[in-house]
Amino acid sequence: MVQQLTSGERQNALVILLCVFVAGLAMAAAGGSDPLGIHGVIVMLFGAGLGALVMRSYYDRQPDPDRLSHYYDDPIKAGVALTLAWAIFGMFMGVWTAAQLAWPDLAFDAGWSTFGRLRPTHTTGVIFGFGGNALIATSFHVVQRTSRARLAGQVSPWFVLLGFNLFCILAVTGYFMGVTQSKEYAEAEWYADLWLVVVWVTYFVLFLRTLARRKEPHIYVANWYYMAFIVVVAILHIVNNLAIPVSFGQAKSYTIWAGVQDSMVQWWYGHNAVAFFLTAGFLAMLYYYLPVRAQRPIFSYRLSILSFWGITFFYMWAGSHHLHYTALPHWVQNLGMTFSVMLLVPSWASAGNALLTLNGAWHRVRDDATLRFIFVAVVFYGLSTFEGSFLAIRPVNSLSHYTDWTVGHVHAGALGWVAFITFGSIYTLVPSLWKRERMYSPALVEVHFWLAVAGTLIYVFSMWNSGILQGLMWRTYTQEGTLAYSFLDSLVAMYPYYIARTFGGLLFLLGAIVAAYNIWMTVRAVPATADRRADVPDTGLAPGAAVTPAE
Amino acid sequence: MAELFHRKLERTAIGFVIAIIAAASVGGIVEIAPLFTINQTVEDAPDLRVYTPLELAGRNIYVREGCYACHSQMIRTLRDEVERYGPYSLAVESKYDRPMLWGSKRTGPDLARIGGKYSDFWHVAHLTNPRDVVPESNMPAYRWLARTALDTDDLTRHLQAQRALGVPYTDAMIANAAADTFGQAAPDSPFAAGVTERYGEKTQVSAFDGVATQLTEMDALVAYLQVLGQLTDAAYSNTAAPEQAPDPTN
Repeated sequence: MVQQLTSGERQNALVILLCVFVAGLAMAAAGGSDPLGIHGVIVMLFGAGLGALVMRSYYDRQPDPDRLSHYYDDPIKAGVALTLAWAIFGMFMGVWTAAQLAWPDLAFDAGWSTFGRLRPTHTTGVIFGFGGNALIATSFHVVQRTSRARLAGQVSPWFVLLGFNLFCILAVTGYFMGVTQSKEYAEAEWYADLWLVVVWVTYFVLFLRTLARRKEPHIYVANWYYMAFIVVVAILHIVNNLAIPVSFGQAKSYTIWAGVQDSMVQWWYGHNAVAFFLTAGFLAMLYYYLPVRAQRPIFSYRLSILSFWGITFFYMWAGSHHLHYTALPHWVQNLGMTFSVMLLVPSWASAGNALLTLNGAWHRVRDDATLRFIFVAVVFYGLSTFEGSFLAIRPVNSLSHYTDWTVGHVHAGALGWVAFITFGSIYTLVPSLWKRERMYSPALVEVHFWLAVAGTLIYVFSMWNSGILQGLMWRTYTQEGTLAYSFLDSLVAMYPYYIARTFGGLLFLLGAIVAAYNIWMTVRAVPATADRRADVPDTGLAPGAAVTPAE
Repeated sequence: MAELFHRKLERTAIGFVIAIIAAASVGGIVEIAPLFTINQTVEDAPDLRVYTPLELAGRNIYVREGCYACHSQMIRTLRDEVERYGPYSLAVESKYDRPMLWGSKRTGPDLARIGGKYSDFWHVAHLTNPRDVVPESNMPAYRWLARTALDTDDLTRHLQAQRALGVPYTDAMIANAAADTFGQAAPDSPFAAGVTERYGEKTQVSAFDGVATQLTEMDALVAYLQVLGQLTDAAYSNTAAPEQAPDPTN
């Protein structure tokens, strides 16, 4: 990674890492024995460790001046590795927390390992660790290929990738120590949030500057989605996390939003984290890796426009469907429901566009497990967006809310859509990124596929069952007009499903481990490709040499 | 024509970003901004009191341990919920809650009106090992709370931070934060009287975990659980604006 940097860039990297180290030192000094102090030490170690890495190669040979006429793939490779590492960590935490619901003694009587502290390590690990790294890595790949231009920076892609991972590390280690804002999917405390703002602004500038270098007149659809993901996540993150710390030496802060306003802000954030992190970003992957893998152009350009603007506009209204029948004013609940139902139109426009793209390539879906990953992702995208609109309808929500049905719905999206499209994209990306002929073992891709399908189905079906059962038991009346079941009755009924979902999650985790092994072996053991088609940016010397998907 | 315009938009990254911001901002602005200006959003409840420092510390433990991941604090306006848990929650009841803890999942029951339903002793036994009192429970055991001394050094700063955000803590409350924290969990001590003087006669003063000489995290968490639903009587006295007749289609 350092070999690709000139000595000036190595110096810049060292200066940045020194700043990180000093910031960590300041946090450690101000925090003392507060968790903030421990996080200061972690930041110092992070800065020092990377600093040592740069120092070790500081006097290495200068990079070939020709490097600027190639795509910048080193950060993408690191991003893929980090994606897989976080996938295994985050999914393992998921299996563990799921198991705790069936066997509560698996917390082993310690504070750090109770369900309440582990749950955000799972959600942050998979959403931000696994999903976020996948989004950053693929966005670097897609924006270069579709713009036929190299990334507009040498150090900044590393800053974005590694800085984002520092945020994830601070978040997850914090939860173990009980550092949390309790805001769902935004639990990290104020200093980690501030750091993420710095990283995210750098990401935004890098992405825009790379687009500015493009050799294509038009910005490709995938990049619209990446841009929406970057821009809107910044807005959501800043507004939701406005808080004042108790003191600058403490991790604890109090949010500026209170009560009902906080509930609306939290779910405006929460639902749009689904929209712009888990949907827009991954649709960007879909719009690039699907046509590449299927070797078919996207079916309809007009449908792409319709669904992009539909999703960007409608989603932001939908958050209040998380608050039906609560103390939130009724009109906001109704607006949320209305827009959630309308959201089905752009969502299914995307799903339909993707499925119609596969017309003429169905034999590949049959034969190629990687393309099948993408196909199943699209199917689950269609199913879970339908389910989402359905659950947002008030009377349906009165049954489903607070139950495992919501959890099942989220995992239909997170496993079936997000993880499937990510693995499909990674299997497409890895051989081309490392210039390998093929994956190490197509059979293992097949194994992963069936493990993932089985895991997802077992998980989702058990949560549908438990959720609906729970919801019905809570509202069942006897003939005398009294509630038929105690809360405890409904809990006892959940145990078989909690065991089944743990098993489903375990299968999915095994699939991810198989994927990591297969990718590792692809890099280590598969010979480099003989086919050296020009995969280089357009520098004006070799016009039209690069391979880009058709619009 | 529309497509022609979009072809142009696609040629400019900055223009595209501005269009995204414009499209994405509308929903949030329309739904969130009015919540701060419409005065019906939060009902008026003159008897609403603020959390005592001990209860606030307990609330922070509730947040720290992620209790909200399995317990809601929001009774919906549905018949079975009202019969199971008590009067539906009003916005004013979480007026001072930063963050709100309405929750999104009930692996365990709703806690919005748990205060006063069980004895302190029951809560301590339940938190120490839930399966001792409820054999079928899947809740984690929190034995160490009773062993961990409560950190009271900085509660003054916590109250100040809350006041800076608009929670009406008085100067006397802030000045006596440490004494009140101790006093609320030590009913026979000279500090106990100050708690009811500053926070009202209804404030529960009790040796929550059964040991009055040492202040633990168990004291704080039980004090918080016992005040849930007790900060105001508004939900019982029907101060809310008159409801419209229910719409059977809604």
